[in-house]
Amino acid sequence: MGRLLEVDNLEIKFALRFGDLTAINGVSFTLDKGERLGLVGESGAGKSVTGFAIINLISKPGYISGGRILFQGRDLTKMSYEGVRQIRGDRISMIFQDPMMTLNPVLTVGTQMIETLLAHRNMTVRDAEAVSIEKLKKVQISSPEQRLKQYPHEFSGGMRQRIVIAIALLTGPELIIADEPTTALDVTIQAEIMDLLLGLCESENMGLILITHDLAVVSQVTEKIAVMYAGKIVESGPTERIINDPLHPYTRGLINALPEVAEPGTRLNQIPGMMPTLTSIPKGCSFHPRCDYRLDVCETEDPEFIYLENNKRRVSCHYWKNK
Amino acid sequence: MKRALRRFRASYLFFSFKRDPVAVVSFSILMALVGCSLLAPLISPHDPYDTATIDIMNAEIPPMWMDGGDKSFFLGTDIQGRDLLSTMLYGMRISVLIGIGAVFMQAVLGILIGLISGYVGGRIDSLLMRMADVQLSFSTLMVAIIVSAVFQVAFGVGKYEDMAVPLLIVIIGFAEWPQYARTVRASVLGEKSKEYVEAARVSGFSAIRIMIRHILPNTLSPVLVISTVQVANAVMSEAALSFLGLGMPVTKPSLGSLINSGFEYIFSGSWWITFFPGILLVLLVLVINLLGDWLRDVLNPKLYKG
Amino acid sequence: MFAFIVKRVVQSIFVMIVIAFIGFCIKHQIGDPVRDIVGISVSAEEREALREELGLNDPFMIQFGRFLKNAAQGDLGLSYFFKKPALEVILAKAPATIELVLVSSLFIIIFSIPAGIFAAIRPRHWFSRFMMGTSIVGVSIPVFLTAILLIFVFSVELNWLPSYGRGETVNIGGWQTGFLTIDGLIHLILPGIALSSIMLPLFIRLIRSEMMEVLETDYIKYAWAKGLKPGRIWLLHAFKNTLLPVITVGGVQLGIMIAYTILTETVFQWQGMGFMFLEAVERSDTSLLVAYMVFVGVLFVVVNTVVDIIYGLVNPMVRITGRK
Repeated sequence: MGRLLEVDNLEIKFALRFGDLTAINGVSFTLDKGERLGLVGESGAGKSVTGFAIINLISKPGYISGGRILFQGRDLTKMSYEGVRQIRGDRISMIFQDPMMTLNPVLTVGTQMIETLLAHRNMTVRDAEAVSIEKLKKVQISSPEQRLKQYPHEFSGGMRQRIVIAIALLTGPELIIADEPTTALDVTIQAEIMDLLLGLCESENMGLILITHDLAVVSQVTEKIAVMYAGKIVESGPTERIINDPLHPYTRGLINALPEVAEPGTRLNQIPGMMPTLTSIPKGCSFHPRCDYRLDVCETEDPEFIYLENNKRRVSCHYWKNK
Repeated sequence: MKRALRRFRASYLFFSFKRDPVAVVSFSILMALVGCSLLAPLISPHDPYDTATIDIMNAEIPPMWMDGGDKSFFLGTDIQGRDLLSTMLYGMRISVLIGIGAVFMQAVLGILIGLISGYVGGRIDSLLMRMADVQLSFSTLMVAIIVSAVFQVAFGVGKYEDMAVPLLIVIIGFAEWPQYARTVRASVLGEKSKEYVEAARVSGFSAIRIMIRHILPNTLSPVLVISTVQVANAVMSEAALSFLGLGMPVTKPSLGSLINSGFEYIFSGSWWITFFPGILLVLLVLVINLLGDWLRDVLNPKLYKG
Repeated sequence: MFAFIVKRVVQSIFVMIVIAFIGFCIKHQIGDPVRDIVGISVSAEEREALREELGLNDPFMIQFGRFLKNAAQGDLGLSYFFKKPALEVILAKAPATIELVLVSSLFIIIFSIPAGIFAAIRPRHWFSRFMMGTSIVGVSIPVFLTAILLIFVFSVELNWLPSYGRGETVNIGGWQTGFLTIDGLIHLILPGIALSSIMLPLFIRLIRSEMMEVLETDYIKYAWAKGLKPGRIWLLHAFKNTLLPVITVGGVQLGIMIAYTILTETVFQWQGMGFMFLEAVERSDTSLLVAYMVFVGVLFVVVNTVVDIIYGLVNPMVRITGRK
């Protein structure tokens, strides 16, 4: 299996009036062809920013201040604007969080599908329409020919997310970045959409980066997990190992907070405290104010990664280093 | 009083005011202009209303620094031989008076209607807002022009001109109330559903008390923002009406009627009669608009979007 | 969509009746129809007889009903000064005003759209800052002052362009047009610029702020993520959404523009409805004054209804469901 994506020591800053704020600090991960990675963490951890950074779409005033993003061996951070444009939406597709806001309300679904193909392929509108219809069938939308002429507001949330998935499939990408693709949907539809996405990734051999705060979803869909906290990856490794034997106290907290873990009738476990904001990241390990395993060193020194299990896992925590 | 002043000096409003040179300069110019218009009788070199001192032989004298200029008439004279600078100062006084008066009038009318409309709701609300819509779609200037035209025909020109100041205040005030009503209504609707209003109602306070004590203070920042812009609009409307001959007479000119009276004379080269009052008018309106822009950025209220 | 149009039309008719009522009240209070017909040199008995004959002694509401019926048939009374039906006088003057408004609207559309879009997508560019700075000065200069300034510079000092009148016009089926002769077009330049001078900065600011809001939305971000070319995102995805609020405001602004025609026409002695209106005021020609008011009212209502329907056409939500 070849290497599809390698994010190496990514650093993202936000240029503000009183100076730059570091939002993402030394994030690294890799993805092989057809592999699925879950990027997990609370809101504000920097998951979405990382996802958008891959296709160089960070909203102002954010910018990539360091590191490399190698996609199929080419560094996206060094590429020209036109070079990145040709990759985004073609080789790398995105699925956004809220399908009600993602599609342009004043353009038909057909227009929004066909334009994507025409932006990347030299083909006629008629051919593009045929491809669109084929992809709509793939996401199980009935009578796709008529659907093309309709506007987004004529579809339900679940249907719209199917359309967004169909748009992601149009160009046969190698990688899909899905940013909380089911969070805005009804619980009953969430599983349907997730199953659909998983099935398509497997059958088309597409890589997937699933950005979510929901460990339960990740555990069913992805092969690898990277847990993010305050702009850093604190632990990463194979999904099954992380779920069954979490090392970092933060990962443990997340898993303990799952409703499935709690005894019926008791209160859900929660991690005390709040994620720090960008302006107030504590010294040392940024998780130490909320940590039950806190050592003195945690308050002063940022922990290094320790590698475990044939280098397949890593965790940055003083507690495990000292053990 | 002293404490209020200290509190104001520590406030965010004052802080951002000090940091914004445009706001400071605009405010200083505005204060200077308003000061000049209030003190017009004291500081103007001549009295344009005193017919005894006016000599028609002095008509159309160019500004002092030009050929044929006269030292006693700094900016020259107008077509009736009045000192232009003095006439302008008196004119600005009338423009400012009508502008502020009209805004006060529309604020009272609009806030009252907006409060009732937003708080009572239902049929009364939709009727009042429909009225506001219709009046706005006709444009406030159009309403003002037609109303003043009707008044002028009804009263006759002479009587109309005698009562021009209060009439213009009423006309412009009446024409522009929908702006206030819609803005106030929008903030009332926003506040009405909040818990503290609910709490006041449950505590048995009367509707009027709730409106005045609880809701009205919260509508203040949008009202402040539109008031600024509305003063500029009212000054412009007054100038337009006077320019059309539907406002202040030439004997007691505002800036608009002064511009109107000088207009025909630009063809013969007497540009200053139109030019200087024009500049003063634009300056007045511009600084108010700049202040309004600044206030909107700072207070950032939810304004009604038309 | 059909239900939507019907609703709008019913509303418009209601508004028209209100305008007609106000017009009628004015006429009833200050007008003198007897004078309009026979002048002032007629004895009191004859006048009273004529009043009776004209039904001026009937109850108020009956007279209003008659006024409405006549107005619906295009009879808005007689102009005292012109000794002609008021509507005829207005219709003869309307083309001048309408052409002036058309030219100004054209100026506004041509300049405000590119300028507004540019200022929205490059807010920090020096040209955008310059435009924002000048636009606030622009909205602070009254229309009549711009007009005078234009005349002073281009007519009096430079002597390039004519300062008054419509120039040579061509009569096409009762419509006096200045569009077909070079002289007519030259005469349209200064009044056209003057009339658009306040709206133009207003529209640039409006388009800019609306478009900047649209550019922040998820669907625009998604359009970038699809790898679309910037031109398509700005001009189709973003601009089409910007258009909705701009159309709504645009309808209202058109009303304001009609008010400004009165100012512009006065300065340029443009023989249109606005000029005629002021003359009617000077001559106390009540019937013509009221007729102008009703006519402009009809114009506003028609324009607003058309704007609403265009809005519905651009916005698929209204088009399909009839909701707004």
